[in-house]
Amino acid sequence: MSVETMLFWLFAILTCGGAVSVAVSQNVVRMAFSLVLCLGSTAVMFLLLGADFVGATQLMVYVGGTVVLLVFGVMLTATGPFTKIKSSGADAILSGLIGVIFLFIISTTVTAVDWGDISQKVAIGTHQKTAARGFNPEQQGNTTRPLGLSFLSVRADRDLNLSRNVPSVEKPVEDAPKLSSGYLLPFEIVSIHLLVVLVGASYLARAKRRVATNQ
Amino acid sequence: MEAVGPNPFLFVSAVLFVCGVVCMTTKRNGIGVLMGVELVLNGASLNFVTFSKFTPLGLDGQVFSLFVIVLAAAEAAVALAIALNFYNNHLTIDVDRGDELHG
Repeated sequence: MSVETMLFWLFAILTCGGAVSVAVSQNVVRMAFSLVLCLGSTAVMFLLLGADFVGATQLMVYVGGTVVLLVFGVMLTATGPFTKIKSSGADAILSGLIGVIFLFIISTTVTAVDWGDISQKVAIGTHQKTAARGFNPEQQGNTTRPLGLSFLSVRADRDLNLSRNVPSVEKPVEDAPKLSSGYLLPFEIVSIHLLVVLVGASYLARAKRRVATNQ
Repeated sequence: MEAVGPNPFLFVSAVLFVCGVVCMTTKRNGIGVLMGVELVLNGASLNFVTFSKFTPLGLDGQVFSLFVIVLAAAEAAVALAIALNFYNNHLTIDVDRGDELHG
C-alpha cells in the first residue's frame, strides 16, 4: 500500500467521521469543531487530487474564514440554555434511517458507472487530444498559473498545443482552431457579488435596538 | 498497488452530501442548519475536483470548485447576519420559533 493510498484512507475516515459527527452531535460548539476537522480533511483530499490551489483556498477561506464566522455566530447566539437545542428522538432515528437509505442509493448509483469508459465517450470541446487523460498536474508542478490564466480567459491547459492552421484560401475559416472559452465574466460577476454580499451582510447585522417580542 | 480511483472520492463526497442533508433537516439550531449547507457544498466541490482529475473535464472542475468556495463564504456571511437578526427578534436561534408566516 503506497503512502498516497494510506493518506487517502486516513483523511477519508477523518472527513466522513467529521461529517457524521456534525450531523449527530447536539452541542453546537462540538459541531463547529467537527466541521473544522471535516473541512480541513477535505482540503487534504483536494491536495491528494492534485488541486493544490483549490486545497489551499479551501484551508484559507473555509477553515480560516467561514468556520471562524460560524464560531462567532455560535458565540453570539448560544447563551445559557440555548447551547443545546435537542431534536426529538423519533425524528433523529427516522432521519438517520432515511439518510442511510439515501447514502446507499447514491453510492450504488455512483459505483455502477464506469467513469473511465464514460470519459472516453464524453467529448469536451473540440480539443480532445490535449485533455484526453484528464488534468494531471502533480507531474507539472502546480495549478496556480493555469487557474489564474483561465480567470483571464486564457486557456493555457487547452489551447497550448493547438495546431496552428491559420485560415487561408484553401482552408476556410471554419477549419481554423477555435480558442476555448475562459472564466473572465464569471470572475467579474463573483467579484461584484462578493462586494454586494459584504455590504448587505454588514447592513443586515448592524447594531440596533432590540425589539420587544411579546407585544 | 495503484493509486486510488474516482469511486472512493465519490463515496466520500456522497457521505458529505448525505450528512449535510440530514444536518439541514434535523437541526433546530439555525447555525447547525448553516453547517449542513456548508457540508453539502463541500461534497459538491469534492465531486468537481474528482472529475477534474479523472475525466477530460480538466481545469474547469477546479475553477467551479473555487466558485463554490467563494459563493459558500458569501452565503455564510449573509445567512449569519440573518441568524443574528433572528436572534435579536426572537431571543433564541431555534428555527422552529420562526413561524410568523405560518398560515
